[in-house]
Amino acid sequence: MMKSAPLISFVILALMGLMLDQFLNPYLQRTMALVLVNIILAMSLNLVNGYTGQFSLGHAGFMAIGAYTSAYLSTHWVAPAAIVPHLLFFIFYSLVSGCFAAIAGWLVGQPSLRLKGDYLAIVTLGFGEIIRVIILNSSALGGARGYFGIPGPSPISFGGLALNAFYSFYLVAILWVLTCFFVIYRTISSTHGRAFMSIREDEIAADSLGIHTTRVKVKSFVLSSFFAGVAGSLFSHCMNFIAPSTFSMLMSINVVIMVVLGGMGSMTGPILAAVIISVLPEALRPLQELTGQDYRMVIYSLILIVLMLVRPQGLLGHKEIWNFWRKTRVE
Amino acid sequence: MNEFIQHIINGISMGAIYALIALGYTMVYGILQFINFAHADIYMVGAFASYYLARFFQLGEHPHWSWFFIALGLSTLVCALLGFAIEKIAYRPLRKSPKLNILITAIGVSLFLEYAGQLLFGVDPKLFPPLLTESVLFSIGGINVMSLDVIILGISILAMFVLHRVVYHSKLGKAMRAVSQNSTVAAMLGISIDRVISFTFILGSSLAGIAAVLVGMRYPKIEPMMGMLMGTKAFVAAVLGGIGSLPGAVLGGLIMGLSEEMVVGYLQSTYRDALSFGILIVILIFKPTGLLGTKRIEKV
Amino acid sequence: MRFLPVMLLSFVSVFTLQCTKKTSNEILIGEYGSLTGSEATFGISTNKGIRLAFDEINAAGGLHGKQIKLITLDDQGKAEEAAQAVTRLITQDKVLAVIGEVASTRSLAAAPIAQQYKVPMISPSSTNPKVTEVGDQIFRVCFIDPFQGTVMAKFAMENLKVKKVAILRDVKSDYSMGLADYFTAKVKELGGEVVSDVSYSSGEMNFKAQLTKIKGTAPEAIFIPGYYTEVGLIAKQAKELSINVPLLGGDGWDSSKLSEIGGSAINGHYFSNHYTTESQEPHVVEFINKFKLKYNETPDGLAALGYDAAKILAEAIKVSGEVTSAQVRDSLSKIKDFAGVTGKITIDQNRNAVKSAVVVKVDGRVNRYVTTIAP
Repeated sequence: MMKSAPLISFVILALMGLMLDQFLNPYLQRTMALVLVNIILAMSLNLVNGYTGQFSLGHAGFMAIGAYTSAYLSTHWVAPAAIVPHLLFFIFYSLVSGCFAAIAGWLVGQPSLRLKGDYLAIVTLGFGEIIRVIILNSSALGGARGYFGIPGPSPISFGGLALNAFYSFYLVAILWVLTCFFVIYRTISSTHGRAFMSIREDEIAADSLGIHTTRVKVKSFVLSSFFAGVAGSLFSHCMNFIAPSTFSMLMSINVVIMVVLGGMGSMTGPILAAVIISVLPEALRPLQELTGQDYRMVIYSLILIVLMLVRPQGLLGHKEIWNFWRKTRVE
Repeated sequence: MNEFIQHIINGISMGAIYALIALGYTMVYGILQFINFAHADIYMVGAFASYYLARFFQLGEHPHWSWFFIALGLSTLVCALLGFAIEKIAYRPLRKSPKLNILITAIGVSLFLEYAGQLLFGVDPKLFPPLLTESVLFSIGGINVMSLDVIILGISILAMFVLHRVVYHSKLGKAMRAVSQNSTVAAMLGISIDRVISFTFILGSSLAGIAAVLVGMRYPKIEPMMGMLMGTKAFVAAVLGGIGSLPGAVLGGLIMGLSEEMVVGYLQSTYRDALSFGILIVILIFKPTGLLGTKRIEKV
Repeated sequence: MRFLPVMLLSFVSVFTLQCTKKTSNEILIGEYGSLTGSEATFGISTNKGIRLAFDEINAAGGLHGKQIKLITLDDQGKAEEAAQAVTRLITQDKVLAVIGEVASTRSLAAAPIAQQYKVPMISPSSTNPKVTEVGDQIFRVCFIDPFQGTVMAKFAMENLKVKKVAILRDVKSDYSMGLADYFTAKVKELGGEVVSDVSYSSGEMNFKAQLTKIKGTAPEAIFIPGYYTEVGLIAKQAKELSINVPLLGGDGWDSSKLSEIGGSAINGHYFSNHYTTESQEPHVVEFINKFKLKYNETPDGLAALGYDAAKILAEAIKVSGEVTSAQVRDSLSKIKDFAGVTGKITIDQNRNAVKSAVVVKVDGRVNRYVTTIAP
């Protein structure tokens, strides 16, 4: 991959965003924003679940930490906007949120990553629930009522073209999606990444080759938590409201579903799955308007079962989207 | 002191219910090494099956032992069939795929049962008919011990012993253990893996059916989402006791029930859910296989 | 891998297909609520009330010669889904006004969106004061927590003459937390004492731990600001533990399910409500009969509030000269002494409903009227 790939893709996506900003209605833009958040979540969990082979069910907890940190920062600590452009603030908020989540990830990972398989899953689930219960009980964070009035990025204008607030959010989100993508992509092609994958393939063999397995697992976990925190931060600014009930076990499970459905060990698979999983409930809404009953979850669960039966390796398996392009060209 | 005894009794009574459901989780895990997320929802279906039976025959108006056993039988039957069908349709084709896939399918089945249940049974909570007249069995110093609590505890322990008997002292049980240890070799020795696994699911799901009727009578409110919370807690109990171990599930259930009770009684009730998970985490960190779990030695 | 493009294509086509045709002889009203999920029973009740109200109006010829079309979207009891649903209702379906939600959490998530697009929103039963503080487009037809919490505190101290009370609250529900806080404040103000304050989380079935702890502190009454889904079981278990003091609650108790699940254990306990089913006022009797006819069940408090929210909205549309969101908002803010099922409703300058509360005593399937407490 070229050195300048991140920059080029940022420019392309930013230009695409201009079109989305002008031609989509706010509802579709909002769905789009959620898609971006879910993409970061799926990619970051894929690092732990797909590349390191550790089954974590606590992703929503780290997301919650990021979301609440960002919400608190942006409502309590607003530096004068004259000094720095507004957008940089939001990047800064998500950076701090990510760091908080990473610290939490380190604290959780240290003891729990010594465990294996389902035990690890249940311990991470437990930590996720504990984080949620603590938030539920702290009145400074709104408790059960939730935290409201979280500001989103304000609209910017671009050479005389007035843009919506969506575009500002989109820029920040795209920046993080690409950062997440390239950081993970380059990590897994590095020695660190090889260590991650060696643990996935065979932990005992990796251990005998002199890899400090727990330390390596924690490394992957911390990086993953960092991006979960960033995703949480973006989520809070996109929704302008967060409540503890959002970050329940179901949220964690949803992210796991994205990873497995997309294909563990594929960079682009979870992205594709994140898009499908976040758009599907919205795409099924007309059905509800027609019938008056909400069949969305029933359909969703059936699709889940059928897809797992038909394609157990996930949509893309170990492959990437571009592998398919290449193959068709050769044929 | 009275209060303390009351807390102990409450804790054991709740723990017995956790134990009964945890046994189902542990059974399946012991053979297949995967968390059957749909177990708690099978339990929900069992509760609704006996609810509709009781409503159809209006059993709730004249509580009687025989009604209780009829409802128990029907609920067990429905759950066993459902468990059998789920395994056959959703889990069997995936037996060779990674564990995470079956897990996702299990989550899919669980969501399907919950939301289809909401459409089918309605979302409002329903009164589970009293099949037995509940009475105060005896009381010590103003503390009432209810008959149902004792029945539930008795049945949980009985179920544990029966299962133990089946697993360790019957031919089928021997086959189950063989499959659990190494299914390839077991197949080579002429054990029908499919049949053993089906049987495990039938057994595990029947337990859910029994639990459904008992819990329904103890806490007479049923709704399609009732499995969710109960399932998580029972599952945590199973892990706590050492998943795959039958006595472990009962022990885990009782510890879970008692610790929840004590947290409310003597600490902060708002942290009840967090602390039960906290206990689990502490135990797993010091004893990674749970209290009574056996360590499987991994070979390279 | 050939199925992937096919799937994506069908996906995109489904997504682009979703435009609801807006015909000029219909007035579109949006509703969002939890129709599925663990709190669905509240959402469905509200929905039934709203549908009944609009069906009545449509049968009588509609408003301004147009029929009302209700678009109901499900939020599965999740705040982010609520926000999403309201955005869709407003920007895609282009509704005139929005009705929803039961839980304040979800109303708070959705209210800023209605405010941003200047579409009036009426919450049937979000009691948290913060909801209408979001902006001038947000209304409600129910009590707010500070009022209802103090009503029960006053009732306990003055009518029941108790001094020591215990509180059992639902930590997962902001409704319950709000009521409990204001109740505590008022009890202390009136010279009473809160001897224990414990919590449960909704969905649980065993409350004996909390009740045993409460029993140890020997209160003279227990305030349980929860929903009927749990209170029935709580009352039963309190009886098993031989706790024989009065239990007090809020309008979340109002449902025929309460006495069904609670059985005899719930009899003789009190809760504050908007109205009583004993009421002889003709429009209340008519509402109850119509509801029973249509759905074959007794309406609960949430259904009555949904019905009133819809009726008030219809009234506001009726008196508006033009059917636009801005006009309807103005008419809503001028609603005065509207004879709703849940009492005479006046919208004050903070867009909250001002109405009196009644305290009722559970007696089997009927709730006996005890007293009225004015705001």
